[in-house]
Amino acid sequence: MSITIQNISKSFGDTQALKNVSFNVKKNELFGLIGSDGAGKTTLFRILTTLLIADEGTATVAQYDVLANYKDIRNHVGYMPGKFSLYMDLTIQENLEFFATIFGTTVEANYDLIKDIYEQIAPFKNRKAGDLSGGMKQKLALSCALIHKPKVLFLDEPTTGVDAVSRQEFWQMLKKLQKKGITILVSTPYMDEAELCDRIALIDKGEILDIDTPMNITNKFNRKIYNVNAKETYKLITDLKNYPNSYSVFPFGEFIHYIDNNDNFNKEELITYLQEKGNENIEISQTKPTIEDVFMDLMQ
Amino acid sequence: MKRFKGFIKKEFYHIFRDKRSLFILFGMPIVQIMLFGFAITNEINNVNIAIFDKAKDEKSQEFIQNITASNYFDVKQLIYNQKDIEKSFKKGHIKAVLVFEPDFAKNLIKEDKANIQVITDATEPNTAITIVNYISTMLKKLQININKNTAIPYQIKPTTRLLYNPELKSVFMFVPGVMTVILMLVSAMMTSISITKEKELGTMEILLVSPLKPFQVILGKVFPYIFLSIINAIAILLLGYFVFGVPIVGSYILLALETILFILSALSLGVLISTISSTQQTAMMISLMGLLLPVIILSGFIFPIASMPLPMQVASKIVPATWFNIILKNIMLKGVGFKYFWKETLILLGMTVFFIALSIKKYKIRLE
Repeated sequence: MSITIQNISKSFGDTQALKNVSFNVKKNELFGLIGSDGAGKTTLFRILTTLLIADEGTATVAQYDVLANYKDIRNHVGYMPGKFSLYMDLTIQENLEFFATIFGTTVEANYDLIKDIYEQIAPFKNRKAGDLSGGMKQKLALSCALIHKPKVLFLDEPTTGVDAVSRQEFWQMLKKLQKKGITILVSTPYMDEAELCDRIALIDKGEILDIDTPMNITNKFNRKIYNVNAKETYKLITDLKNYPNSYSVFPFGEFIHYIDNNDNFNKEELITYLQEKGNENIEISQTKPTIEDVFMDLMQ
Repeated sequence: MKRFKGFIKKEFYHIFRDKRSLFILFGMPIVQIMLFGFAITNEINNVNIAIFDKAKDEKSQEFIQNITASNYFDVKQLIYNQKDIEKSFKKGHIKAVLVFEPDFAKNLIKEDKANIQVITDATEPNTAITIVNYISTMLKKLQININKNTAIPYQIKPTTRLLYNPELKSVFMFVPGVMTVILMLVSAMMTSISITKEKELGTMEILLVSPLKPFQVILGKVFPYIFLSIINAIAILLLGYFVFGVPIVGSYILLALETILFILSALSLGVLISTISSTQQTAMMISLMGLLLPVIILSGFIFPIASMPLPMQVASKIVPATWFNIILKNIMLKGVGFKYFWKETLILLGMTVFFIALSIKKYKIRLE
């Protein structure tokens, strides 16, 4: 096990940030912590990176206890905090060299590990970090977190504030890093990214809702989901919510995801109902549940 | 060691790439020393005065000539009636009016006494008092001149000598004072800001989750400022010597060691401030209000401590700058040896050790 977390709880004053959280991350796993803002993701990251002390529970990272062996952990993990914590007045190269020296290594020594990432920003290596785009900052921050070849990599919302293309590239890079033997714990509020992880933990209000592979999580979901579409989306949502058999309704991309209370859902009945309410161009088709559907359902 | 070097290199990048901190570091000392040296002074020069000479005789003329001949006063206006005195004060361009009584010379010679009235604008009390003193001194000289030929029985003649600052130059007081202020500002404020900056930008999180030990981070942050403060101290002393003629009578080595001790105490205060503030702004406010103000007001730099009310005198004792000021004046102006200020040095050393210990104890190895 690369990371073990047992019954961790943490409060800040009256707000309980983490409630009895337990899970393990296997060696060489790409593990996702999925949850909205304020779910407790950052607090958990900070406990694991020895920045905070849990009120209750124990945790180990790379076999080191987060309390007793915090110094060892600090030697062996890479950490990329929520905001890209770089020195904005230092250039790309200076940032990278600085982080290499404080970890007692050199850029050259571990260059193969960051090569793929660094090559993309290398043409701008004399540009100050403050002048970089979100995607480039992200790549630089990742390079800096990797430069000492950590055993475990902690990435706290690495894709927030980064464009879609960069996000995709970023996940490809993570997959490559995983192949090089690094355990990665990544947190994200984006549900679509969850499917790219080996296993995920869904977290809300400091509690773990479910832990499994993305596939198992969606397969476990035993309700049928329908894509509904009509001319006026807003009207459609209100009408669906008022439908007597409605279980849940929420917008999902260009469609409305609708779940019915009955297992033997009658499509024609719903169409008639919606037509009576004055909706036009109604389309209804069954679809596969996504992580987001499961998450929305678990949160209810 | 390599880690430490890398850290210090980074700190120098920060300092030299930030125009604001560069200005505070190198512009401020020059500006301050020039300001205090030239503009803020207790001496009076070319003060505008008016004269209401009711006598218009040889003695009053002689005295007026004496006054105009000195550099201290410029006779700007002659007044011919009582009402105009008030008027010219209200206009504000004169600071004092000299009124000679009618028959000034006659009274002086026949009755052995004559009167001059000195009216001053006391909206600036220090200037007013200085003007009165200067004029009285001139009068005394005139009197001695008149009595030159007559022997006065039972005369007490004070012979005065102004030690260590014979010309009573206020810049002698300001150079050591400004040095304390600048060193406090550079060392304490700049370090506290540079440490809290890391907290604010989140880079402190990464530094904490790294093999760097807390004392390495602190030392790395502090070291560049020790270096820059020493350069500043040298610059101030050179400016003082070459521009204002402030001498360094005592030992240079002693001066250097005492200065480094004071820099260390200021730096430890800066670290202490950074442990209790989470943003650069708070750090700056605490440094300005909590350090700079006491240094200027309580350290005896501008206002003599002996004439302060008791609570403030007590407060001045806990300001490190007070002790450094005493040490500085001892070395620079009096040129005395260590045995004359070992007590002050010991107090300063004690304070430094205390602040360093406290800031190490307060320094957080985690975020909470």
